[in-house]
Amino acid sequence: MPIPSRRRSLALFAAAIAVQVMLLALQIRRGQQVRLIRVWAIESVSPLGRGAAWSVEGVRGLWSNYVALRHAREEDEQLRAEIAELRMRNAQLESRAAEADRLANLLGFRDEHTEVQMVAARVIGASPDPASHIVLIDRGSRDGVRRDMGVITPEGVVGKIFAVYPDTSQVLLLTDKESGVGALMETSRVQGPVRGTGEPSLMLEYISNEVKVEPGDKIVTSGQDRIFPKDLPVGTVAQVQPDRHSPFQKISVKPTARLDGLEEVLVLLTRQEFVFRKDAEKPDKSERVEKAEKAVTVPVASAVEPKSASASAKPVAATPKPAAPVTLKPAAPVTTPKPVAAPKPVPATAESKPAGETTQQPKPAESPAQPKPDTATQQEQSNP
Amino acid sequence: MNARMEIPNSYDQYVEVHKYYAGAIFGVVVLTLALEALLPIYFRSAAILELPLLVTVYFGLSRRNPSSGLLLGMGIGLAQDALGHTPFGMYGIAKTAVGFVASSFGSRIDVEHPISRFLLTFVFFHLHNAVLVLTSRLLLGQHEPYLDARLVIASVVNSFVAVFFFALLDKLRKT
Repeated sequence: MPIPSRRRSLALFAAAIAVQVMLLALQIRRGQQVRLIRVWAIESVSPLGRGAAWSVEGVRGLWSNYVALRHAREEDEQLRAEIAELRMRNAQLESRAAEADRLANLLGFRDEHTEVQMVAARVIGASPDPASHIVLIDRGSRDGVRRDMGVITPEGVVGKIFAVYPDTSQVLLLTDKESGVGALMETSRVQGPVRGTGEPSLMLEYISNEVKVEPGDKIVTSGQDRIFPKDLPVGTVAQVQPDRHSPFQKISVKPTARLDGLEEVLVLLTRQEFVFRKDAEKPDKSERVEKAEKAVTVPVASAVEPKSASASAKPVAATPKPAAPVTLKPAAPVTTPKPVAAPKPVPATAESKPAGETTQQPKPAESPAQPKPDTATQQEQSNP
Repeated sequence: MNARMEIPNSYDQYVEVHKYYAGAIFGVVVLTLALEALLPIYFRSAAILELPLLVTVYFGLSRRNPSSGLLLGMGIGLAQDALGHTPFGMYGIAKTAVGFVASSFGSRIDVEHPISRFLLTFVFFHLHNAVLVLTSRLLLGQHEPYLDARLVIASVVNSFVAVFFFALLDKLRKT
């Protein structure tokens, strides 16, 4: 098909102009003596280079973002599984770290009271009966644990040994309805049994309406139940209600020890009295050594001796004292695991009178000349 | 150069196409270039004349063939570049454009009348200068002024000279 002459002349004109422009570009130098034709060549090629680079980058991106990620799902699942496993392991480690802290606290407490024989135990179970507050620990008769031994934590009293098996024991917690402990108010030294209610709180009983009791008052063991030494923390007064129909107040006590989350406890193998010190109340090293030296001199046989209020806060005297009164024995209302038909007011010192009254009465049979066979048995059990 | 070329387009088949004696165009071009190079040496004011441009315009208007017109302009321009100090192609591009446009115009309007020749030469002179300035700006990166008094005077002088120069060149036509 022949090209029309007009278009042919136009094409010729364009070619002639282009050729001459190229000629000029070959001669003209721009900038740093670079020929214009080179500048044009580079500028005309650079878009191609950019396009090629873009294409290569696109292909590479396609490869790396899609093709190479075809196993990403599997890796993702593997990583998720690994994360779950690591989280579980982390939780276990955190649990172990917390356990280590608790054990360190427990051992620290035991180290602080080297004068007292105690054995650390781990809570390994609880009673399936929700009404009873009993836990199972991993120490038994083979470890020297005997019935009616006291169980504490660094915070305070927990309960007592209720049943002993070769490798395990049952602990009746303070909060159980059948449980109780001989106690007294730390400031006024007025005595009264603390009983479990089946609820998280305890009740301090047989405190006369005339006695001034306020929330926050501390309750400690009296030592007269022949289970716990004197002055172990039991709880703090949470609520006080005078009872018009009764000569005694209704006093609700919050346990010092965390009875709802027990994991490790200490079983007191003796009733030897000691100065209860928590970590926060730790004396400095020299003081601890001094107290430990004093404590070494404490006779084990003086475990059940009742002391006056003023003497209870001091370290036990170095000279051995006579054994407890013959009439003393574990008070039934406080320690018996069986249901109690009626509240028995005598926790330790008097079988037929309320504990509040026992503080008013002279202590019976304090004569060291009247040892009781029960006491000997008790001491034998207390010192395995 | 072929002096017997005919315009094949149907729309201008009735337009008169002038033919010249063999070697006339070549001789005129060489002579013009020689005068362009030599005259300014003896007459400085002769530098204002643009005889190669006048030759390009004349043969473009007379031959009325865009292809031959642009080729003639390109040849004259490149020769002028070769003789001068401008980059090779500066005058070539300008005279290519003038030759193409002149031959395109020559087939449509009357180019025999002296006034039309004066005006056409004036226009083509400025077209030639515009292409030169444009090329200089775009390719050389020089910012030369497009219009000044000297350029106006030169355009008028060249247009005036063209009237007589074209009449002289008419003598070379075949009768």
